[in-house]
Amino acid sequence: MSVFIIRRLLQSVVVVAVMSLIVFIGVNIVGNPVDMLINPDADQAEIARVIRDLGLDRPVHEQYMFFVKNALQGDLGKSFVFGESALKLIIQRIPATFELAMVALLMAVIIGVPLGVIAGMRPTAISSRIIMTGSILGFSLPTFWVGLMMIMIFAVTLGWLPSTGRGDTVSVLGIEVSFLTVDGLRHMLMPALNLALLKISLVIRLARAGTREAMHQDYVKFARAKGLSETRVIMVHVLKNIMIPVVTVLGLEFGSLIAFSVVTESVFAWPGMGKLLIDAIHNLDRPIIVAYLMIIVLVFVVINLLVDILYSVLDPRVRLKDAGQ
Amino acid sequence: MHFRNALIAGAVSALLCSPLAAKAETLTIGLGAEPSAIDPHYHNLTPNNALAAHIFSRLIEQDEKQRLTPGLATSWKPIDDLTWEFKLRKGVKFTDGSDFNADDVMASVKRAPNVPNSPSSFALYIKGKTFEKVDDYTIRVKTESPYPLMAVDVSTLHIISDKAVDATTEDFNSGKATAGTGPYKFVEWVPGDRLVLERNDSYYGTKPIWDKVVFKPIKSGPSRVAALLAGDVDFIDEVPTIDIDRLKKDPKLALSQGVSNRIIYLHMDQFREESPFITAKDGSKIKNPLLDVRVRKALSLAINRDLEVERVMEGVAIPAGQLLPEGFFGVSPNLKPDAYDPEGAKKLLAAAGYPNGFKMKVHGPNDRYINDAKILEAVAQMFSRIGIETSVETMTKSVFFKRASSGAPDKSPEFSLVLVGWGSGTGEASSPLKSLLATYDKDKGMGSSNRGRHSSAKMDAVLAEALAAVDDDKRAALLAKATDIGIGEEMGIIPIHYQVNTWAAKKGLKYIARSDERTYAMGVVKN
Repeated sequence: MSVFIIRRLLQSVVVVAVMSLIVFIGVNIVGNPVDMLINPDADQAEIARVIRDLGLDRPVHEQYMFFVKNALQGDLGKSFVFGESALKLIIQRIPATFELAMVALLMAVIIGVPLGVIAGMRPTAISSRIIMTGSILGFSLPTFWVGLMMIMIFAVTLGWLPSTGRGDTVSVLGIEVSFLTVDGLRHMLMPALNLALLKISLVIRLARAGTREAMHQDYVKFARAKGLSETRVIMVHVLKNIMIPVVTVLGLEFGSLIAFSVVTESVFAWPGMGKLLIDAIHNLDRPIIVAYLMIIVLVFVVINLLVDILYSVLDPRVRLKDAGQ
Repeated sequence: MHFRNALIAGAVSALLCSPLAAKAETLTIGLGAEPSAIDPHYHNLTPNNALAAHIFSRLIEQDEKQRLTPGLATSWKPIDDLTWEFKLRKGVKFTDGSDFNADDVMASVKRAPNVPNSPSSFALYIKGKTFEKVDDYTIRVKTESPYPLMAVDVSTLHIISDKAVDATTEDFNSGKATAGTGPYKFVEWVPGDRLVLERNDSYYGTKPIWDKVVFKPIKSGPSRVAALLAGDVDFIDEVPTIDIDRLKKDPKLALSQGVSNRIIYLHMDQFREESPFITAKDGSKIKNPLLDVRVRKALSLAINRDLEVERVMEGVAIPAGQLLPEGFFGVSPNLKPDAYDPEGAKKLLAAAGYPNGFKMKVHGPNDRYINDAKILEAVAQMFSRIGIETSVETMTKSVFFKRASSGAPDKSPEFSLVLVGWGSGTGEASSPLKSLLATYDKDKGMGSSNRGRHSSAKMDAVLAEALAAVDDDKRAALLAKATDIGIGEEMGIIPIHYQVNTWAAKKGLKYIARSDERTYAMGVVKN
């Protein structure tokens, strides 16, 4: 068992090391950050000074070794643009992105599941066809376009909701959150819905398929035979069973929700990680890009490692096979 | 009456809007570009300098046309060829209550060029000058050689309190060290979300009309326009040209436009015998035709600037014939935009030995200047009309500028012909002459952005003379003469148009458009 864990641990370390190399070198061959940062009036001496200060006069492998040395001490470098720790800047933005993704996830369940169940119960009814067509649109319309259309309709034409930004926040345990204020919620509604759109469509399809399958199961027939009301059959028996795949898939999709927030955050000027990343890419703020990607890599590696370990605990066959290799 | 209106407006906005906008005299601005710090000496770039202008003052201010006006200095003059004297304003207070005097100037001079990790520092305006405190309200500045641009350079330096001389950039960003003498004072900054300022009641100049100013960074153009239309912000900058027509017709909005100090122009490879992106029409190598002034002139004549401005820029630009629009210091009265003359261009090409033209690939950014890629495509078509088979490649700015400045193997510029822009930070002609047309020379700091490596000893000599001429009239004449040589005679670069910037506000407000492209809350006035 411990041999297995140690081996997996070593593999994870190798993955992180290789990824850091690929990311660092990949980011460092594009463009010259100084061209983005410097005032055009600067003369050659000032340009050289900035290049030296940012360490860009060193060969890439030296820069990489320097990065690794600092990264091992938890320092992922200083942002070229802001001059502050890249890690700190990203962590500052995590709550905004995280709460947006959470609300989007919630919306996906609250809106997606009932619609999916309705469509699953009467697959040929007009209402079901409308729902399914809607879910195709949800899949295929580009996020930025839908976002702008929402702003045009709900903020500009109707004036119901604020168009952009995050609104009021309150501090909970030192973290600024906006879902606890009315203003914050009003600001969050459109971006969260925009972000959730794809997931809602996904959940509708999952719930529909699940419902159609469940409706023919014996336990549903039995419940009906017992004389239970249709509401109770659906709400208790069907729903319980179709939620298993929905929760599994949404768990997996949470990562992509955070990754896809880049577009939504730009359209709605939402001050999250995605917007920080896209600004960093535009300005060639290499430390932020590298730190961001390293954090993502680390998160995925840790999740996979935990899953692997759990798996081996739960399923002895994995262990045995591994030992027999 | 006014009070009642304010009360009603306040009640209505409290009902409709976020509490941020609840006060009647709050101005909310949607910004296209967010500053990277509150520290006024950290990053010498337009968004940062624009913000710093709200919180801090300078010894000399630049007005909306970049003319110099008294700031914390009430007067300045050269007392001999190598010394300038500044008389400081008395009775000015910093927002932390301390008095402004010469020590604060000395502290600012000390701190500005030495901020750690600065991605673009103010050192270039301060080096070569020795500042001396004569008494509490007199400063003298000495230079090694006569330096006529003293006042312009000094007008870039934001004055901090001497208590903040050792403050870090973080201290300014958090507000701890952010005491200034500007029209507004700092309240809070949540990067990416909002930046809040409050009126500074002890400001020495004209009292600002807004109690509170909230800047909201909204980088995406369509979202910024939508935020204005929705009433979430009162005022936006960088209005996308495509929206201008529509917004003009909107009765609830008011647009303000002003010509900027930014010229959009073409750099041409004038330093290689064979240029990498130019061949004969059959693809064989030829001598670089751009070395011949007749070819460069032909290219300029081939551009129909009026058409380009009307179609590509939707009328929001001004055809250019030199480095700065009329009215700026040092512009030449002789240079007008070259008139469209394809026949003349063909004749020049033939005279230069290219009667059948040649083949060329031109490059430019596609996300840096207003409509940059479209301009280049239009210009390339116009070149094709006179027989120069032109193809276009545009790329994102972060890739483009590296290659355009130092993309070739020997770190020289990579391309044969590029479209770029230049905003004159000093608001006079020496800035573009020095950076774009002067011979590239690392040691002298000349030609730093000369991506075509145009070089003319004749122009360099006149420019050098101009840069040493303390007398304003003489310097203006010399700068004009240098421009006459660099563009009129030698066509070192091809000017296309001057950018016009557009701001939009809700009805009842208007913006005093600035040629330096900065967005000031002080410039948003009621009409």
